[in-house]
Amino acid sequence: MGGTTELTDVTRDEASLRRFLHGLPGVDAVGLEQRSAGLATRSIKKASKLWAIDTAISMVDLTTLEGADTPGKVRSLCAKARRPDDDVPPVAAVCVYPDLVATAKEALAGSGVNIASVATAFPSGRSTLKVKLTDTEFAIESGATEVDMVIDRGAFLSGRYGQVFDEIRTIKAACGDTHLKVILETGELATYDNVRRASWLALLAGGDFIKTSTGKVSPAATLPVTNLMLQAVRDWHGVTGQHRGVKPAGGIRTTKDAIRHLVAVHEVAGAAWLTPHLFRFGASSLLNDLLMQRRTQLDGHYSGPDYFSVD
Amino acid sequence: MSDRVTVSKTYKLYLGGAFPRSESGRTYPVADSKGRFLANAAQASRKDLREAVVAARGAFGKWSGATAYNRGQVLYRVAELLEGRREQFAEEVAAGEGVPARRAQALVDAAVDRWVWYAGWTDKIATVLGAANPVAGPYFSFSVPEPTGVVGVLAPQRSSLLGLVSVLAPVLAVGATAVVVSSQDRPLPAITLSEVLATSDVPGGVVNLLTGHTAELAPWLAAHADVNALDLTGAPGELRTDLEKAAAGTVKRVLRAPSAEPDWTERPDIKRLRALVETKTVWHPTGV
Repeated sequence: MGGTTELTDVTRDEASLRRFLHGLPGVDAVGLEQRSAGLATRSIKKASKLWAIDTAISMVDLTTLEGADTPGKVRSLCAKARRPDDDVPPVAAVCVYPDLVATAKEALAGSGVNIASVATAFPSGRSTLKVKLTDTEFAIESGATEVDMVIDRGAFLSGRYGQVFDEIRTIKAACGDTHLKVILETGELATYDNVRRASWLALLAGGDFIKTSTGKVSPAATLPVTNLMLQAVRDWHGVTGQHRGVKPAGGIRTTKDAIRHLVAVHEVAGAAWLTPHLFRFGASSLLNDLLMQRRTQLDGHYSGPDYFSVD
Repeated sequence: MSDRVTVSKTYKLYLGGAFPRSESGRTYPVADSKGRFLANAAQASRKDLREAVVAARGAFGKWSGATAYNRGQVLYRVAELLEGRREQFAEEVAAGEGVPARRAQALVDAAVDRWVWYAGWTDKIATVLGAANPVAGPYFSFSVPEPTGVVGVLAPQRSSLLGLVSVLAPVLAVGATAVVVSSQDRPLPAITLSEVLATSDVPGGVVNLLTGHTAELAPWLAAHADVNALDLTGAPGELRTDLEKAAAGTVKRVLRAPSAEPDWTERPDIKRLRALVETKTVWHPTGV
């Protein structure tokens, strides 16, 4: 990979895009999984653990994406996002469906917490571009500062890379300055090679973040997949000098998992990525576990879920 | 002479229905009453204890939600299985406590009977400890006892089976779940009891049994915020005040340790059952 100009050529037409994506080196699945497992054994204790917990809290996109979401639930989630616990700074963002963005905006006014909204026919991404655009515009007009779009996995898997590319680019144009996260739904992409291709495709099309999953498909975020995506943003930085972010989402429920991801961020992408601007956790129950482990560290005894809000 | 090499048992912890070694990899030697080596037992760490509490909390919903009748049946089944292992228990009790074989057998029989006694209580607790309250108003007011939650038990140090059964069975009878730290020097009957529990119908996680150093584990158990009650029966004397203080930090129910270990062969009363329940009172409007 030779530089920005070469990448412009790559996106000239569908044929060159395909040539580029299929020219990406194949993923050594065994090596990737072994490396992930190896990094996961690192022991993070005491002051480093407390730092990791605080950093992870600041990276949380506190998420509720249920059919049963109500304005009341979103407001209580926003209250938690503003002040997760005594002396704990706010989380990175609250992530909701577009129709609840206005509620979240009102509840988060002045807090500095971002409002992320899923869009583009979430979670399946199966609709026309027109509908997806309208969805995105509605979210942004309601006050979303970040948009989490889903790619059309059907198109990607049948090799219509150009279509996926154009969709991301169109949504990015509609977003303007609004942060765009591109959900690859790696659980449906079947192979690591596909994850690498989809990552590069999203980065080429202008996604500010690549995100693993919607949280509606299992498996969601796994360590090997996150590692692979971190490699992609690292290589992207190598080629273009730009920093792009990664957001694993779904399935990360414990502090242990979160810290393993942070170790991967540090080792695979680099220390520069250990910031909420470049790494996020899409999660709901993770926050409570982080808070619980934080109290365990500070109080010197094990904490329990009774001492934290149910959400 | 046979060339057969005997297969000796690896004594492990009982955590969430499984038999893991201690996370720390530690073991400690267990001796009989005369100081002769018996076995190496797993020496649980505070992380094993933490996992035990997680398992007990996870199992609480299902066990406390089971009908009292069902809990009674399940506990009676445990007694049936205990009966089948009488000889093994008697051997272990005799070796650990240094009592003659006949006495050990009597202690095992008493333990089985004690288990049956508590199994019979499951569906009577609500009747005895609950009430329909006479109130001055158009309300039907009633109180029901509910299990307190996860109970931390420091098992008696001397009576390795009968004592253990006498403190564990009431926890299960009320519908609570238990994290038990067994007798430090006499853990073998406890481990065998966990094997009985594992093959009975008691769901995994309802009883979690740790062997190890009581003084090392007790402070973590006493201070753990997700433990609702603490039985200090087997607590080392010099630690008792500190443990009670630590338990007060998260407002646990505390069963204080008697100054000397009681005579477990005496007929029990329902004090332990009463100590492990919370009373819920409901006021229901009646037709006006």
